[in-house]
Amino acid sequence: MTDAALFDEMWGSDNALRDPYRTFHGWLDQEDPARLRAKQREAEDLFRLTGITFNVYGKADAEERLIPFDIIPRIISGAEWYRLSRGIEQRVRAINAFLHDIYHKQEIVKAGRIPEEMISRNEAFLPQMIGVEPPGGVYTHIVGIDLVRTGPGEFFVLEDNARTPSGVSYMLENRETMLQMFPELFSQNRVQSVQNYPVDLRRSLSACAPACAAADPVVAVLTPGIYNSAYYEHAFLADQMGVELVEGHDLRVVDGRVAMRTTRGYKAIDVLYRRVDDDFLDPLNFDPESMLGVPGIMDVYRAGGITIANAPGTGIADDKAIYSYMPEIVEFYTGEQPLLPNVQTWRCSEPDALAYVLDNLEDLVVKEVHGSGGYGMLIGPTATKKDIATFRKKLQARPGNYIAQPTLSLSTVPIFSRAGLTPRHVDLRPFVLVSPGKVHVTPGGLTRVALKKGSLVVNSSQGGGTKDTWVLED
Amino acid sequence: MAMLGKTANGLFWMSRYLERAENIARLIETGQRIGLTRLGNSEEEWTSVLESAGSLGAFLAENGTVTKEAAINWMLRARENPSSIQSCIHSARQNARLVRTAITGELWEAINATYMDSKTLLARKVSERDMPHVMRLIRQNAALVRGMTHGTMLRNEIYDFLRLGTFLERADNTARILDVKYYVLLPSVRSVGTSIDNVQWESILRSVSARGGFRMEYGATGGPQEITHFLILDKRMPRSLAFCVNKLKTNLGYLNSGQPQRCPAQRLVADLESRYLSHDVAAIFDYGLHEFIQDVLDSLSKVSRQIEIDFRFYE
Repeated sequence: MTDAALFDEMWGSDNALRDPYRTFHGWLDQEDPARLRAKQREAEDLFRLTGITFNVYGKADAEERLIPFDIIPRIISGAEWYRLSRGIEQRVRAINAFLHDIYHKQEIVKAGRIPEEMISRNEAFLPQMIGVEPPGGVYTHIVGIDLVRTGPGEFFVLEDNARTPSGVSYMLENRETMLQMFPELFSQNRVQSVQNYPVDLRRSLSACAPACAAADPVVAVLTPGIYNSAYYEHAFLADQMGVELVEGHDLRVVDGRVAMRTTRGYKAIDVLYRRVDDDFLDPLNFDPESMLGVPGIMDVYRAGGITIANAPGTGIADDKAIYSYMPEIVEFYTGEQPLLPNVQTWRCSEPDALAYVLDNLEDLVVKEVHGSGGYGMLIGPTATKKDIATFRKKLQARPGNYIAQPTLSLSTVPIFSRAGLTPRHVDLRPFVLVSPGKVHVTPGGLTRVALKKGSLVVNSSQGGGTKDTWVLED
Repeated sequence: MAMLGKTANGLFWMSRYLERAENIARLIETGQRIGLTRLGNSEEEWTSVLESAGSLGAFLAENGTVTKEAAINWMLRARENPSSIQSCIHSARQNARLVRTAITGELWEAINATYMDSKTLLARKVSERDMPHVMRLIRQNAALVRGMTHGTMLRNEIYDFLRLGTFLERADNTARILDVKYYVLLPSVRSVGTSIDNVQWESILRSVSARGGFRMEYGATGGPQEITHFLILDKRMPRSLAFCVNKLKTNLGYLNSGQPQRCPAQRLVADLESRYLSHDVAAIFDYGLHEFIQDVLDSLSKVSRQIEIDFRFYE
């Protein structure tokens, strides 16, 4: 049923049903596959009707696409989750301390734990943020930590998303869909709720409001607009939080505050949850061509007139070259050993590492330092000879632009296919909210699944799907 | 309560496009119907239908001559025609996405379902035998959207902007139908009611869903004078100019409540009402039906532009 070498979250490595899946499997055994197939279709209709779609860039014919949803949940025990959430919390605290440090005294560089050029020569380092105190001391209000699993107790952090992590709407809608289609599952299993996320998010953002804010801070979500691939999510979150969804052209600086144009004049915003990248945030301070941002918002920000979530310049913390230093970063700021390990990483900027990577390209995964979305990467074991040769040239031309990691045998979870249950690789992105003194990890997250047999690429832009993620109360 | 100017704009146009889709559907059905009676000249009839829909010029530029098939296809599904039913539904949905946070989930889903249905229904040219089915589904969807609007939306400013869009579009539509057909209502060509006249009158009433209401009110006796009164001045008739303008007045009043002064759009509407809708039908004929309609159309577009300014739709 499963490849013996792989770890399946339902069946383990030795084809023995694992505990968290026991109740679920009992239910599944009694179900008529024809009914489940009908339910799978029903789920898709539901998604299409509610408009949970994403836009694919450069595809005019398929302006909006569904992310395939699979009805078999990914189930995590309460004990497993407890370990994970503590590790995530530790890491997120370290990331915020690191960001504060590198935009102020740079103690970690002075201590020789990170080479100076990793900061100063990093494209993601934002000199405009030097010396800036973000309101409440929070840099990353929302974080998504990408985890992978290779065995019963083996979880690794694959990536820290500290800019504008997306996907939380799928976490919520996947649960909503499961609740509607299979209510009985939620009476049989004690699944921790994720549905409070929008309320938690609003509270968490409000708690980070600047000193000048009203008692009930005005929060708004900034979107690049309806053609952005994640527009649905932006609208969804604004709707669920009960706040305005704004675009750059709705905003301008009025009397030292960022304000939105309403039917009754301009109204100041206290906290802006922006889903626009740093570069586009402020044409006066960053990319002058940008139509998506607000001219002068950075000046208001530096003067303490608005909270921008996440703070500008947080990208340096999820840069893949900095990633390789995360164990040192965690240790340096928390004084503790990291609870969640990194995946072993070779920095191609270092000659020894580069030599090793060039010798072992067919076994490694090579990624661009600033890439995301599964673009611009090489997966050695599945690449053709020609792909490898092309990539070798790119790597030799700009070694500093790449890191390499071993090809992990990611855990699998069965999907419900035409032929019945069949294992597919998954990852997990839990969502973390940070407010002054508080780190909150929502129990669950987004499980992405590679729908193609054997594929390790789970990104929705590359044909990945999603599953509901359950954290059980033990 | 204040909302984003952009949101007000999106709500206004969302409801204008929904109303327009429905009006176009009604015009197509009327054209169909008149064509089947074989009393009128089909090409002439479709020309006036296209004119009422406000897209005769664009149609001729694209198609050359007027035929029934081409006219139906143009109004039903042509992408090049921004006022085809499919284009209207697409635009309404784009606006609904833009204002997704302002409307209820139920209303959004109704609009989204309408869009998905129309995409399937209008993917190919619709044959004559499929027309009744397609038109019925379009009508049902329009009713669903209207039901969700009335049944689930709070009566606040959001709703007021939806209503403004609906009634501006509707008044515009009624006025345009009168503009195209005014000559059959003129006293000079009034006859005792030849079959051709009857067909023309009936076509006007059908285009504004007023046939039943009119017959209920006037039995078999009503002629052009009564039709003119019914469509322009009767405040009980939901597509008459007086009804629509009255709705514009009340909704602008809600939006402006608590303000020390009337906004410019309110003043324009009050002016439109006192100048054109406070007289009897004889006075309208004295003034000249054609000139009257032209003036009203002009006033309506001024009101629309003023609403955009008063409520900061754009920067």
